[in-house]
Amino acid sequence: MSELAGWGNYPKIATEGLAPGRPDAVPALLTSRNGLVARGQGRAYGDAAIGMATTLSSHRLNRFRGFDAATGRLTVEAGVTITEILASFVPRGFFLKVVPGTKFVSIGGAIAADVHGKNHHRDGSFGDHVAALRLALPNGEIVTCSRGENAELFAATIGGMGLTGVIVDATLQMMPIETGWLKQTTHVAANLDAAIGALDATASATYSVAWIDCVASGASLGRSLIFAADHADAADTARLGPQLAPFPDARSAGPSVPSWFPGFALNPLSVRAFNEVYFRRGASRAGAPELVHWDPYFFPLDAINGWNRIYGHRGFLQHQCVIPAANARTVLAAIMDRVARRGTASFLAVLKQLGESHGMMSFPLRGYTLAMDFPITDTLFDFLNQIDALVVAAGGRLYLAKDARQSRETFEAGYPSLPAFRDIRRRIGAGDRLVSHLSARLGI
Amino acid sequence: MTAPKSVLVIGGSSDIGHATALRYAQAGWQVALAARDVSAAQRNADDIKARSGVDVPVHALDVLATDKLADFVGSLPMLPDTVISMIGELGDQKRAETDLAHAAMIMRTNFEAPSLLLGLFANAFQARGSGTIVGVSSVAGDRGRGSNYVYGAAKAGFSQFLSGLRNRVALAGQVRVITVKPGFVRTRMTAHLKLPAPLTVKPERVAADIFRSAEENGREVIYVGRRFWLVMTIICAIPETVFKRLQL
Repeated sequence: MSELAGWGNYPKIATEGLAPGRPDAVPALLTSRNGLVARGQGRAYGDAAIGMATTLSSHRLNRFRGFDAATGRLTVEAGVTITEILASFVPRGFFLKVVPGTKFVSIGGAIAADVHGKNHHRDGSFGDHVAALRLALPNGEIVTCSRGENAELFAATIGGMGLTGVIVDATLQMMPIETGWLKQTTHVAANLDAAIGALDATASATYSVAWIDCVASGASLGRSLIFAADHADAADTARLGPQLAPFPDARSAGPSVPSWFPGFALNPLSVRAFNEVYFRRGASRAGAPELVHWDPYFFPLDAINGWNRIYGHRGFLQHQCVIPAANARTVLAAIMDRVARRGTASFLAVLKQLGESHGMMSFPLRGYTLAMDFPITDTLFDFLNQIDALVVAAGGRLYLAKDARQSRETFEAGYPSLPAFRDIRRRIGAGDRLVSHLSARLGI
Repeated sequence: MTAPKSVLVIGGSSDIGHATALRYAQAGWQVALAARDVSAAQRNADDIKARSGVDVPVHALDVLATDKLADFVGSLPMLPDTVISMIGELGDQKRAETDLAHAAMIMRTNFEAPSLLLGLFANAFQARGSGTIVGVSSVAGDRGRGSNYVYGAAKAGFSQFLSGLRNRVALAGQVRVITVKPGFVRTRMTAHLKLPAPLTVKPERVAADIFRSAEENGREVIYVGRRFWLVMTIICAIPETVFKRLQL
């Protein structure tokens, strides 16, 4: 037994740990236990990857299986990380179609959470580029799932939070890139309305995302920096950075946040000061396109090892909701207003446009998603329940990969495919066998 | 342009074997694996090929069939520049105390078989006039401990064999022999053991240290991680009268 937590360091729960050494060892472990869920790199924030009794780590299922350069299809075991894929394939001129905000995630986890990137409005989520996967079912059988084979199980597994089986490997569609650089343009938005307008205006860019200042209030409520980017082609780098290597290596590991980092270092004053500096610095660079290295562009926070420790030992919650487009401006304004007035907002807040999704339990829907971090305090849970009420009333929902505390009512209101998902779980015998703390808490 | 150098990793189905082969492949070497468990070695070969784009052949080899070792070395499509033995079997110390066949298997796997095999490669390398031999032994061979002395004794024999082999070939100056003594490594072999975190390293670390020592003119006897050198120096300095009363 050992204590596990997600990236938010809340909750911390003791479970038995197993780590199969190869894919064909998974079925025997799976059928010998109840209350089990698979875990990748532990980057879900809450309790999604903590088994009720047993947690099955994929970290030794870390072998690539094959790459077909003609089709750009790469097959890897579920424990392989995005870090490893990009280290091997950026130098060969390939990139993943979708990457989340950290490269330290496993492929199994990326599929189970159906993660999205800054291009969701154009290219969909991670699962949309999975050609096929192999799934160990609760009865120990390993089946291949794709859009053409076991299609219903495939749709349930994309975004299914590991509750349909244990993903053992997957085939991903990669895309060719001409360089490892991004051509980025920064736009400044003075308030929330302008930010949403700028996201809409930059939606033709491959990647578009807003850093939003949750501390600013009044007329500046929701002031933002919008970063729009496309992969730079050879002509772009020749013009903007002729001295640069076309396929730069990953950045080496940066500093680590020490385990004793005091939680009080983050307070309304320091956050306000950080945001002011960050906003001004970004605004001063707005307008002209610039080249940005792929690693800091997609994974800026990965440069600081263990950045989650800045929130101290109590941990933090990330609240990520999506609000359907029709209601977005007023509802997001109401949420931002409450957050600004509470005065304890984080400096890590992101606003982004999302499109449709295709996994049965996938998070994205057409609208805007807002993600904010909050250090855990006694009053935080009640506060977030109030925010949830606004989300539910607007027809929105919360991202399960970030969740550690939403109510069943909030969850059920947001995920209309839940009855069909439960039905699939019943049919494959997942009910008692595949249980995470998240699934037990939410009654999945 | 010169042809890429080549390495043969024996025990290529193991986690350390995989990590080491990958390290060589990433440095542009041609890599081949040999193992008894061909399907496990093939999984590693597929991984290295997908990551590096280079084909990785797999040879079937049961090192305990010692009468066939000379044929194995002779039948290789080419003699590699470097050969690395990852052969090892922890076994079960308790069982080995009463089950002589089990004890003999541990001794043969950790001492007899890798020594005979690397001896053959040493002869072939000397005949060619070049080559590097890497033997992965263990800190367990530095002093016999009650909890794993059958394995430890076999590793001690292997370490001494490598030491003597190095001495023999050093005089001609064409062949190098590297002894690697990992401490605790988080692998399939040790997956069931509780290991002390400050002294436990990942297979990638062993791989990096092997590559540095063997191919970048590092030292010829290395501990991985380095902290184990200190630990073993202290353990070896304890007088036998005291040592025998310790539970180690």
